[in-house]
Amino acid sequence: MSTFVDGILRSVAALVVLLVLPLVIGQSEHKVMAHMQGRLGPMYAGGFHGWAQLVADGVKFAQKEDIVPAGADRRVFQLAPAVALLPYLLVLIAIPVGPHGFVGAGVDAGIFFVLAVMGVGVLGSLMAGWASANKYSLLGAVRSAAQLLAYELPMLLAAASVAMAAGTVSLPGILGQFHWWWIPWQIIGAFVFFTAGLAELQRPPFDMPVADSEIIFGAYTEYTGIRFALFLLSEYAGILVLCALTAVLYFGGWHGPFASGLGWLWTLFKTFVLAFVVIWLRVSYPRLREDQLQKFAWLGLIPLALLQLVLTGIVKVVIS
Amino acid sequence: MAPSPTGSSSRSGFPGRGLAKGLAVTLRTMTRRSVTAQYPEAQPELPPRSRGVIALLEENCTVCMLCARECPDWCIYIDSHKETLPAAEPGARARTRNVLDRFAIDFSLCMYCGICVEVCPFDALFWSPEFEYAEEDITDLTHERDRLREWMWTVPAPPALDTAAEEPKEIAAARKAADKAAAAQAAAAQAASAGEPAGPDRPGEGTQ
Repeated sequence: MSTFVDGILRSVAALVVLLVLPLVIGQSEHKVMAHMQGRLGPMYAGGFHGWAQLVADGVKFAQKEDIVPAGADRRVFQLAPAVALLPYLLVLIAIPVGPHGFVGAGVDAGIFFVLAVMGVGVLGSLMAGWASANKYSLLGAVRSAAQLLAYELPMLLAAASVAMAAGTVSLPGILGQFHWWWIPWQIIGAFVFFTAGLAELQRPPFDMPVADSEIIFGAYTEYTGIRFALFLLSEYAGILVLCALTAVLYFGGWHGPFASGLGWLWTLFKTFVLAFVVIWLRVSYPRLREDQLQKFAWLGLIPLALLQLVLTGIVKVVIS
Repeated sequence: MAPSPTGSSSRSGFPGRGLAKGLAVTLRTMTRRSVTAQYPEAQPELPPRSRGVIALLEENCTVCMLCARECPDWCIYIDSHKETLPAAEPGARARTRNVLDRFAIDFSLCMYCGICVEVCPFDALFWSPEFEYAEEDITDLTHERDRLREWMWTVPAPPALDTAAEEPKEIAAARKAADKAAAAQAAAAQAASAGEPAGPDRPGEGTQ
């Protein structure tokens, strides 16, 4: 019985984190992006520097009519936002936050689980694009699919390098093996993993699937109201998950001064620094063209990931 | 820097320099104060000759109609009547004068060219920097003389002249007259102190 209660509590905690931290990231995106462009960003909602802007947005989205286009595949269309959002919740449960088993659920094959489930998230935008009965949505969905195919491979290879270095695929296990010199050792892998993750989340500069100047909003074109809000939430939840994963795999997660007491704070800090980088990249770079996008994955990231694998193997053999 | 045909890599020190530069620009902008003016909370600082609205100093208006006639949009409406003033002295002629009944400017037509302000020979029209007079109905943008008169209070004092500017004509003329009078006075004083002989020789000096 106590394990049941324990499981419920952990799930609720993960859900709360999923609902709160993406909003924090979204709000900081509003403000950081604004200041990087010499603007102020939201200033009214909530009174103090627009801190409640996303709450107001949420209220607005909830009030809007939930429209399903006449020609749409109704069931699939309505299910798509959930398919996009839920995988991130599942991934969040498996990410270790602090030492001594501070994790929603310790999964033995952690990396496998996390990467497999994250890949499901893209299925949401595929479903949305296919079910919308709209050519722009379909184009966006097909671009999503192409992007997923191109970037899943470097991401897996980069993650495999960490698993090789640690000799385990369990996320807490990897953190247990971590030493500070892993950061320079795995830095190429970190770059590949983070960049490929950005592409999987369809964040700028890899936002070809939702390129608003070409195909309106890609797979999400036909969505309104709360379902659209769920898609947006899934984007920010994706940033959270990607940044947390990068922090755990490549930057030592909870490792840092006073790790035994403040480990969770270190994880959070590293995650938010990486989230800042995500926002920073969005502000600084223009969107890649579709062919550039594919070229970058196949000719840039995959060779780099293979190089990292070779490097990891050599160092591993040398030190053992 | 001359553009090279081989692209950015030959132009720069290391590959990806342009990408790093892009990141640096956004980061630097973030550390600076943003230039956004929070308008309803903070009023803008307008330059002294801002063309916000046209104010009327109706005490100066003689109903000469120059402004209404010069207005390219015909957005100035003036009504007046003549009034006869009784003779000021016995035997003199009674005088008539124009009395302003209505002076209105339709700001939905006005194109803020300022010709009316320019042509007014009696300094009755002025530019005011006041700009918050939006209305819900376009017909409400025709503002009557009382509203135009109230805007007079928002007209700023004329900006000071440039240090190298020519003196205004009125001041130049007054100064010339004053200088002349002073010179004459000095000459007269000199003549008086130098003794009698100089006086009769030049009788016209100093009395002009």
